[in-house]
Amino acid sequence: MTALAAPPTAPEKGDPPQSPPPGRRPRRGGAGRTMKAGWLSYVILGLALLVSAFPFYWTIVTASRSNADMARIPPSLLPGPNLMKNFEQVLEEADIGKALLNSLIVSGSITLGTVLCCTLAGFAFAKLRFKGRNALLTLTIGTMMIPPQLGVIPLFMLIAELQWVNQLQAVILPGLVSAFGVFFMRQYLVQSLPDELIEAARVDGASTARIFWSIVIPIARPGMAVLGMLTFMTAWNDFFWPIIALSSQEPTVQVALRQLGGGYVNDQSVIMAGTLLGTLPVLLVFGLLGRQIVGGIMQGAVKG
Amino acid sequence: MSLTATAKAGPSSPAGTGPGPDDGRAAALRRTWRKASPYAYIAPFFTLFLAFGLFPLLYTAFVSLYRVELQTSGDMEWRGIANYTALFTDEFFWTSLRNTFTIGVLSTVPQLAMALGLAHLLNYKLRGRTFIRTAILLPYATSVAAATLVFAQLFGKDFGLINYVLGLVGFDPVDWQTGTVASQIAVSSIVVWRWTGYNALIYLAGMQSIPHELYEAAEMDGASRWRQFIHVTLPGLRPTIVFTVIISTIGATQLFGEPLLFEGSISGGISHQYQTLGLYMYEQGWGFFHLGRAAAIAWVMFVLIVVLVGVNALLVRRRARKEAGR
Repeated sequence: MTALAAPPTAPEKGDPPQSPPPGRRPRRGGAGRTMKAGWLSYVILGLALLVSAFPFYWTIVTASRSNADMARIPPSLLPGPNLMKNFEQVLEEADIGKALLNSLIVSGSITLGTVLCCTLAGFAFAKLRFKGRNALLTLTIGTMMIPPQLGVIPLFMLIAELQWVNQLQAVILPGLVSAFGVFFMRQYLVQSLPDELIEAARVDGASTARIFWSIVIPIARPGMAVLGMLTFMTAWNDFFWPIIALSSQEPTVQVALRQLGGGYVNDQSVIMAGTLLGTLPVLLVFGLLGRQIVGGIMQGAVKG
Repeated sequence: MSLTATAKAGPSSPAGTGPGPDDGRAAALRRTWRKASPYAYIAPFFTLFLAFGLFPLLYTAFVSLYRVELQTSGDMEWRGIANYTALFTDEFFWTSLRNTFTIGVLSTVPQLAMALGLAHLLNYKLRGRTFIRTAILLPYATSVAAATLVFAQLFGKDFGLINYVLGLVGFDPVDWQTGTVASQIAVSSIVVWRWTGYNALIYLAGMQSIPHELYEAAEMDGASRWRQFIHVTLPGLRPTIVFTVIISTIGATQLFGEPLLFEGSISGGISHQYQTLGLYMYEQGWGFFHLGRAAAIAWVMFVLIVVLVGVNALLVRRRARKEAGR
């Protein structure tokens, strides 16, 4: 799992202000807000949307046809009648059902665990004072840029030692490590949790734990939601580590798709049906929460 | 910003002094806990971070000096730098290094250039703004595996839609799988498709933080929209651009899923024509079972990333200094 954020670069003299760091809303009144788009802009954007959406449409077209249709010139550009049949076949042959369930367990656990760990640590880094705070924060941010892919060999040796190969916790536990998440929650709390609120609670005799539950969590909730969505998508789509740690006996969706693409099934339309099934859940999340995800990405910069 | 040490126990003696009379002991205990409790909040993250983040990363360098085989990963036999020399004499290492570079350029440059253009358009007053932004991010929500399987389909040599369309406008079918340039373009296009919208939104966020007054001033000076873009937007976006370049470079260096699934072969095509370093590492480790060798590749990738990011930062700083001196 890779998650990275924009390091706030030191402002240069005479430069206009930078892009906002994660957590802060972009200031209103940017360049074009007052400039209306011409028709050419709409045409170009329309084309971009078409290119964005076409592969999804093509997945549906190919998933609803037969293998014979796929080898026909000219190709058929409209959906066919075989969608359900292909779904059934891929569920039977590639065990996509189990893969979907496993992905749900893995991504769900990673999301809950990550959001919790990161909110706890983000709160400590934002509002508590302790020895080594800056050093630890620097360490966390410093490793944000390093792709975790580079650590897979020792990680594999570790889980082999623990006899976790082919078990879901081999993917869940490493997935909980999100330096980006800690940074994101810290930025969020620095900006949205006033010190006075905490001090007032302290004067009233509240313990830190009490403050965390009754003050921090409610205020952090929108940030936690954004982090949760991004984490879920990243976890669902994570590819490299799951194909190493898991196999066809206990696959996530991505592991199953890898098997489908690796010559395990020969029927092209069945492969596409599997692809469609594996993509639908995340598209569903995106359809419901796309707006918030766009907002989250524009607030902080995330790449998985 | 600080709070922990303040408030509560009134005018307290400096922490850590011995127990005072009677209820002073409870207060001291509380103070100690107050000092220690922040660590309880970072403990869950750092435990996981050390075990599954930092340790594997550092241990990679150590493993790269040993012979470790996949099936018996507990047995390690000292090899010194032999893994590295084996690497540097393997022609496929150099092939994959070269491919990583060319695919990196082929995917990053168009991706960021198009993202910049799209962001510029998205920054206009638009109808259906939210819809367009969301739709443009759709590819980002797709997994590497799903995207690659669809694109592999589209790029099919005999029955792929892309060759069909090329045929309609009078081109011969392109062999997207075996041709070096063609296959690298095909693999890069998957990356471009997935990440352009994401980068456009990052640029858009950067553009929206440029103060409006700068544009008004430029307009008063009679600057055209194009000159405004060059002289106001681009300089204002510089930190954002640097950020996206660094992130894309890191992403390109470890590219893996796209070349793996394009044809489903771990050697990146019949003559390794689009094998990347990430794929080469996977082939050595999980195809040939040489974990030690794979660790050496991982470490080379790490150094490569550090160097690339360093060069990037250096170039930016030099440019900034030059401009400041003007």
